[in-house]
Amino acid sequence: MENRNAQKDDSVYGRRQFFVAMGSGALALATTGGLVLTGNFLRPNVLFEPPAKFLVGKPNQYPLDSVVYLAKPKILVIREKEGYFYALSTVCTHLGCIVNWKAQEEIIACPCHGSRFNKLGEVTGGPAPKPLPHFAMNLTVDGYLEVDKNVLVDLSDVLKI
Amino acid sequence: MKYYDKIMKGRIARSIFRTGLPTSNYRKSLVILNNLFLHIHPVKVKKSTLKFTSTFYLGALSFGLFIILVVTGIYLMFYYHPSVPLAYRDMKDLEFAVSNGKLLRNLHRWSAHAMVLIVFLHMLRVFFHRAFRPPKEFNWVIGVFLFVSTLLLSYTGYLLPWDQLAYWAVSVGTNMMKATPIIGDDIRFLLLGGNVIGENALLRFYVLHCVILPLVITMLIGVHFWRIRKDGGLSSGSKQVADGKRDMILGKNLGVSTEEVLNDRDAEK
Repeated sequence: MENRNAQKDDSVYGRRQFFVAMGSGALALATTGGLVLTGNFLRPNVLFEPPAKFLVGKPNQYPLDSVVYLAKPKILVIREKEGYFYALSTVCTHLGCIVNWKAQEEIIACPCHGSRFNKLGEVTGGPAPKPLPHFAMNLTVDGYLEVDKNVLVDLSDVLKI
Repeated sequence: MKYYDKIMKGRIARSIFRTGLPTSNYRKSLVILNNLFLHIHPVKVKKSTLKFTSTFYLGALSFGLFIILVVTGIYLMFYYHPSVPLAYRDMKDLEFAVSNGKLLRNLHRWSAHAMVLIVFLHMLRVFFHRAFRPPKEFNWVIGVFLFVSTLLLSYTGYLLPWDQLAYWAVSVGTNMMKATPIIGDDIRFLLLGGNVIGENALLRFYVLHCVILPLVITMLIGVHFWRIRKDGGLSSGSKQVADGKRDMILGKNLGVSTEEVLNDRDAEK
């Protein structure tokens, strides 16, 4: 169609196009800012969750060759016959249920989907994709056992007292 | 009846219902067109679509259940606190102490279970009637989003009683999300507002369940209904179209082409 008004020609970059560009630019900027702000807002900076580092009593509270389940921190504290300690997570590596130590069968079993682990946390059956993680254990200067869930250690890494 | 007529023809009633009483077909359609709540419904409906077997009323049933869920959900919100020490107590309070609480909670619960089932059956019905074909293909897409919203509402509502079932269901569910490549851990952290299922997770699920998802699903339902109308009404199955039989045309019937209608009319002459 013929242009009745040359000033309304869209092919010319005029005042209208300038304002449209400014407006959509500002809107895009505000939207991006809003999304970033929302993303940051929804990510809490301070968490009121159980501490990752905690004391689990004195070594002599654990008899030799014992497996003790601590419900609150969700760990198994295991003391072997030889006297060394290690701490296992009880959160199943499949979908996060709490596994149980079965003393008679000497296995760790998950009630949800039937994963099985041995005393070292290695998978012996079921859908669990990974072994149960071992948490770092230390002896504090005043003689308490300390578990740090932030630090994962190797199978062979045990606390000898 | 005399007084009713007098009131409805009076100035106040006429200012509210501009089109007057639906005394003729034309006025009936005006009433629908000029009413905010009715205008989403087509002015005229094909008789064949009203037959039970053409839709099994599954869409209407889903919507009815949704209304029940909104109403009972609002009732429950008067007694429920989304916090760890109170949530389970409030749920038991509703179940055993509040007058009619048991009825309302279980209406909400059973309607929620039924809605998942009915929405799924609705999807099956549309699939087997091939009612997703053009021009309705986009409404199928909206329907898929509605189905996902229904499942999300069901899932977020599941945590709120804060019992063992809820806790472990959400544990397992959020650990499944964690299995998403690359962003899995982030999704879980954002959804739970932390690493464990605690206060933050309960509050987030509550806000999603009571505000965000209902808003989303309401808007999607609006678009879904609007599109039914714009895409030519409910599909009555493809039988009439295939047979070239003239449908009882009470409204715009886009399922039958104009040509077919004209041919039928000529044949009748």
